This record gives sequence, C-alpha cells and structure tokens, in this order.
Amino acid sequence: MILSRLAARPILLVAGLFLALVLPWMIYPPVAMDIACWALFACALDLLLGFTGLLSFGHAAFWGGGAYVAGLVAVHSGLPFPVAVLAGAAFAAVLAVPIGYLSVRLRGIYFAMVTLAFAQMVYFLVNQWRDLTGGENGLQGVPRELFGLDLSDSFVYYYVALPLVLAGFVAVWRIVRSPFGRVLMSIRDNTARAQALGYPVDRYKLLAFVLSACLSGLAGGLFAIGHGFASLESVYWTTSGQAVMMVVLGGIGTLWGGVLGAALVVELNDYLVTAGFEGIGIVTGTIFVLIVLVFRRGIWGTARHLLETRSGGRGASPGDRPPGGAPDGSPAPTEGVGSPV
Amino acid sequence: MDGAVLRAQGLAKEFRGFRAVDGVDLAVAEGSVHALVGPNGAGKTTLFNLLTGFLKPSAGSIRLGEHDLTGRRPEHVARLGVARSFQITSLFPQMTPREHVELALASPTGLTWRFWRSHRTLDRHAARAMELLDQVGLAAHAAIPAGTLAYGHKRALELALALALDPRVLLLDEPTAGMGVEDVERTVELVRKVRAGRTVVMVEHNMTVVASLADRVTVLQSGRVLAEGPYAEIRHDPRVISAYLGDADAVH
Ligand SMILES: Nc1ncnc2c1ncn2[C@@H]1O[C@H](COP(=O)(O)OP(=O)(O)O)[C@@H](O)[C@H]1O
Ligand SMILES: [Mg+2]
Repeated sequence: MILSRLAARPILLVAGLFLALVLPWMIYPPVAMDIACWALFACALDLLLGFTGLLSFGHAAFWGGGAYVAGLVAVHSGLPFPVAVLAGAAFAAVLAVPIGYLSVRLRGIYFAMVTLAFAQMVYFLVNQWRDLTGGENGLQGVPRELFGLDLSDSFVYYYVALPLVLAGFVAVWRIVRSPFGRVLMSIRDNTARAQALGYPVDRYKLLAFVLSACLSGLAGGLFAIGHGFASLESVYWTTSGQAVMMVVLGGIGTLWGGVLGAALVVELNDYLVTAGFEGIGIVTGTIFVLIVLVFRRGIWGTARHLLETRSGGRGASPGDRPPGGAPDGSPAPTEGVGSPV
Repeated sequence: MDGAVLRAQGLAKEFRGFRAVDGVDLAVAEGSVHALVGPNGAGKTTLFNLLTGFLKPSAGSIRLGEHDLTGRRPEHVARLGVARSFQITSLFPQMTPREHVELALASPTGLTWRFWRSHRTLDRHAARAMELLDQVGLAAHAAIPAGTLAYGHKRALELALALALDPRVLLLDEPTAGMGVEDVERTVELVRKVRAGRTVVMVEHNMTVVASLADRVTVLQSGRVLAEGPYAEIRHDPRVISAYLGDADAVH
C-alpha cells in the first residue's frame, strides 16, 4: 500500500530523502538543522495557507510556544529530548484550540490580523514572565539529553532529530491526502458549496489550525533543542512573517515549495550573517518581492506549472495545485451567496 | 395549511434598507412540487438563501417539520434534510464529478474527519456516486475536472449533489436555466422521478416546466407573495398575468 503510493512520485521522494541525509555533509550542520526545522514549519503553515485557504500571521505563537515548552521540559525534567519536543508540540496544539476557535470564522485579512494579535499577546506574556522564560535573554542552557548519548556535536544531533522532522513531513503529506484534506480543499475552493453539502466548515478549519499548530510546535521544539536555547525572537511576529515568506517564495499549496523556500531563506540569512552584512531584512525582502512578482506561483509552483503545461497532462490529485488568486480561497462570503440576478 | 413540511412565516431580508424579501408566508406541502416564479429581482434566490441558512432573516421564522430552522447555519440545515442547488453553478473546479458526489455522500458519515486515512477511503462511495451520476446523465464525464464540463453538465452535477444528500426537501434554483430543449426535458423527467418520497421547491421561469411538474405555484414580486395556488388558477389571475406570466410567455 504505502510502497505503491510512494512509487507514484519516486524520483522526487528519493531525491528529497537523499538530500536530507547528505545535507550536513554539504553545509555547516547547524544550518542544515535550521533548514530542516524551518522546512517543517513552512509545510505546516502551507497546510493552512495552501490547502485550507487561511493566511495565519500568528504561527510564531506555536513555533515559539513549542520551543519554550520543549526547552522548559528539557531544562527542568531531564527527560530525553524527543519527549520534550513532543511536549512542545502538544502545548502548541492546546494553545491553538482557543486561538483557532476565536479566529477561524473570520475571513481573509481579518483572520490574519486576529491571529497576529493573539501571537503578539503570547509574545507579551513570554516577555513578562521572566522567572520562567528568561525574558529578553531567552531560555538558556537547554540540554540535549538522549539516554546519556553525547549529542553535543550538531552533526550527530541532526541525524538523531531527522526522524522526528521526517515524521512531521509524513504527517502533513498524510493530512493533505486524506478524506479530511479533501474537505479542506473543498472549503478553500468553494466554502458555500461545502456548507451546502452539510460540512461544518468552521470545525474543519479549527482542526486544520490545531494540526498545523501542533506540527509547527514540533519544528520549534526541535529548533530550540538544537540551539540549546529558546529565543524571545521565536515568538515575535517576524518569525510568523518569515514562515509565510518561505511558503509564498516556494509556492503556496505545493508542500515541496515550503521546503525549498525554507532552504533558500535560511541559506541566504546564513550567508549574509557570515559576510557580516547589516541590513539582512532589506536583502531578503527585496528578493522576496522580486521572486513573487516574477513567479506568481512561487518557485516550485511555477516550475511545476511549466512542466504540466508542457506535457499537457493533469497532475495528480485535485488539491495538488495552488488555489487561484487570493490566499483566502473562499470566493463568496456568506452574506449574498447565490448572487443577485 | 396542515401537512406543511416547510413553512416560512413573515420572512423578511433587508439589505441596507432595501427589502429584497418582504414578509413572505410560504407553506410547502409534504410530498408536493412547489414552484416559485416571479420576475428577475423578485427575491426568489434571496428566499432560498434564507431557507437554507446562507442568509439570516431580518424578521420571521422558518420551520421544517418539527425543527425550527430560523438562524441555523447552512450545514445544519443541510443535515436536517434541506438540500439546494445554486442558480449560479457552484462547484469545485479541480475535482471530478465523481469526487464531488463522493464528498457529498461522505458528509453525514464522519469519514471525512479521518486525517490519518488515505483519501482513497472515499472510494467506498464510488458505486453510489456513479449511480447518481448515471441518473443525471453524467456517467460518461465522471472523471474529468468539473471546471472543464459543459454548462448543461455542470447544471446536472448541481442536481446530483443535491440528490446525493437524499434530502427531505429539495430546493432547486432555476435548474433548467440556459439549457437546451433536450436537457430541459431530461431534467423534468428526473425531477418527476426523484420527487417520490420527498418535497421539491423549484424556482423556474419556463412555464411549460412549471405546468408539467408543479402542484402549487407561489408568485413573488418585489419580495412579496403576489398570488399562490394551483398552476391552473394562477395562470388566469390577472395580476399575475400583468406582472409576470405575460412577459414570461413572450420570453419563452
Ligand atoms: N447580497 C445582496 N446584497 C444586496 N442586495 C442583494 C443581495 N442579494 C440580492 N440582492 C437584491 O435583492 C433583490 C432580489 O434578488 P434575488 O433574490 O437574486 O432575485 P431573483 O432570484 O428573484 O431574481 C435584487 O434586487 C438584488 O439586487
Ligand atoms: Mg435568482
């Protein structure tokens, strides 16, 4: 079953897996780990943005929340790091329930603004609660414990953490290609029709939001353990913005695009930092704007579109292509559905 | 009227001061085909949107049998047994007709919450989906993206989706609009077939269709009920003739 499914697009999967395995040989291992974590974060965000049609601008709350909780568990309990990371993911999921409940019923830019506002509240709390979080200094001294193994080498940590990252990717892939994922895409493409078929769209969006947050928390936890600390920046809005940028850059609704976008942004940031460059934001921002202007579907999306139109074939499953136009894929607001004729 | 399965009382909808539906009383008898006619802009689609929860009424109430539908969300109304088709075709362009109908069939089952299963589990509805598509004459086009279907086929898919919910009350908003004669005839036959065991409310401009299907007719104008009764009576009502039927006959 699973094998036959994998065989459907074997070249991409084999290439991706191969790259994931050799990455720390090609580039500085801590950077490789950063790419892996951000790639998972971007894919988790794409689950919402690309497949549900919801642009969240508050995912720093989940990535950062996962980072802090994983860090706190590791510092205070001494449990193996995967337990700490899973605790961070669970925390992110729980945090997403009230935030999602209050925001998924909003559309388009309102959803983005409200998620941003909630994430900034989380940032405020983390900053205030110094005793627990270390305030501006971040949470320092997070250990990497795994049954007494020596994980101090980033190269080793990468390979120990990789299965968790890959499990996160598999989860996103599974959700997108599940009956649930089919409903998400139908909500994205035509909310009114999904409702007319009897689907409680807000509850579906809420579950999508929680799943996306959980996987973002997983990524954030692995990131914090890898760095040995959780930074205040991880819950700041720029983190949300960076993740959105990665997805848009790579291609909304493509999953692979998020991976590509993450790799590009992390590499570029690293290059500029090592070069001692000052205004990193200006450079990445400019590149972002240029790429989005030239390749409307993002890099991956544009490449795939070219291949598809070249070969004239219809790709795989229905949700496999990006939603046309706006991130809020719902064409008709509830008021005034059915059109005045 | 007793035996009404769907009943609206004093139903009104105001858009920024403009009353698109203005105090409509409607009682649809169980098992009947009830036609809703009236000139463009009369408020027929708005009335459908109110009945199915897509719009919240400014005033009035809606009942389905023993259920109060007033202010319910569209998905809830659908679950309680009121299915609708849209006047402006409303589909998922990238999904095939079969995938559409499978999704409709899966909606009451809970299968679609399973984010850990393969979407191929939806195939368990494939046989029934093909049956429904066959019924509306779409079997040959079951596997191409709905966005590429011909207009008449899109209308047929709208109908199949409403039927897939096996509704108690079926609301059809201009099911034959823009169809050629053959497709109109097929649709009439189909409605005749599927009305067994359910109630149908249809907005329809084609008076031949109304005459051959409808048990009762409600004429709407400027958001109000102008007349109500069997087609044979309605067609002779002078107010109706001047308001609507006269020029509808001229059109069709
Ligand atoms: N969402 C809306 N906002 C404002 N006006 C609307 C809206 N929907 C319908 N209307 C107006 O209400 C009136 C009735 O429209 P509609 O119900 O579509 O008529 P019908 O279906 O009978 O042709 C029209 O004048 C239309 O412009
Ligand atoms: Mg209308």
